[in-house]
Amino acid sequence: MLDFINRIFGRENHSSRNVAKERLRLVLVHDRAGVSPELLQALKAELIQVISNYMEIDEQALEVSLDSSENQVALVANIPVKRMKRRFQTESA
Amino acid sequence: MGEVIVVTSGKGGVGKTTTTANLGAGLASLGSRVCLIDADIGLRNLDVVMGLENRIVYDLVDVTSGNCHFRKALIKDKRFENLFLLPAAQTKDKTAVSPEQMKTLCEEIKDEFDYVIVDCPAGIEQGFRNAIAGANQAVVVTTPEVSAVRDADRIIGLLEKEDLREPKLVINRMRFQMVKHGDMMSIDDIIEILAVDLLGVVPEDELVVVSTNRGEMVVMNNASRSGQAYRNIVRRIKGEEVPMMDLEENSGLFNRLRRMIGLK
Repeated sequence: MLDFINRIFGRENHSSRNVAKERLRLVLVHDRAGVSPELLQALKAELIQVISNYMEIDEQALEVSLDSSENQVALVANIPVKRMKRRFQTESA
Repeated sequence: MGEVIVVTSGKGGVGKTTTTANLGAGLASLGSRVCLIDADIGLRNLDVVMGLENRIVYDLVDVTSGNCHFRKALIKDKRFENLFLLPAAQTKDKTAVSPEQMKTLCEEIKDEFDYVIVDCPAGIEQGFRNAIAGANQAVVVTTPEVSAVRDADRIIGLLEKEDLREPKLVINRMRFQMVKHGDMMSIDDIIEILAVDLLGVVPEDELVVVSTNRGEMVVMNNASRSGQAYRNIVRRIKGEEVPMMDLEENSGLFNRLRRMIGLK
């Protein structure tokens, strides 16, 4: 019975139209990153810049990639830290 | 000097050739001088869609390789004296033409026409690069299916990389009853995903098949809904503001009743 009610009220979200839209949204995150590897490169360069304000990192070993699970895409960054800075500089400092 | 518009999609079978033929006939019917180029070398089709297959003497490769001047290779349409077709070669393959040659050719042709429309082959390889080489505008055709929309997204990215910015989208074979029942992506869904400007929406219409069977263009059929959609697209290309068609299918009994008593 509950299932039936759910189906009536929840139908909109499980319609094939919405399933199509959701699947496309996820697949395009990857496609677009693939079309422009420059995007990930630029992101990596900026990440290094920002993080270097706070800690010393191993730039060579830094990895940035997109990871997808069932229903979401995550930006995964693996950044080996060599040393923390005692004083950090921000733009306002 | 005219505009060079490439009609492309990535995925095959979504209606590039049909769209090219209908835009050509539609623009010609409004008085523009139009030249259509079939860039699908080896898989020539625009000629047969337009009913001009028996008139071909020279083709695109004859022109780019210097065998003959483009004017000699152009086929004049049967219905519009200001509509011309440069057919693709059928016996060569896509490497018979280079992007540089296409660019030079488009430059030459656009001096004599208001619109040059290039029918792009499916795919993203050399045929695609040839077809877009001389273009200054792009029309991307898609259908409301995940595969076609995904490929359209890829194509839009590649076009932008080649400096064909702001491509315009045509959504073909739309079935509004299905959208209403939640069984097909809507216009808004597709626009939201692709983030491009919409040029027009062509409803699914059996008359497209009937016209193509006869080598005619549905844009010339005043009674057809898809023809109306193409006529609207043509006017938008010419810079007119044309509101999107009323897209509900007016077939239901209730709708007919409402119309009868003047509610609609």
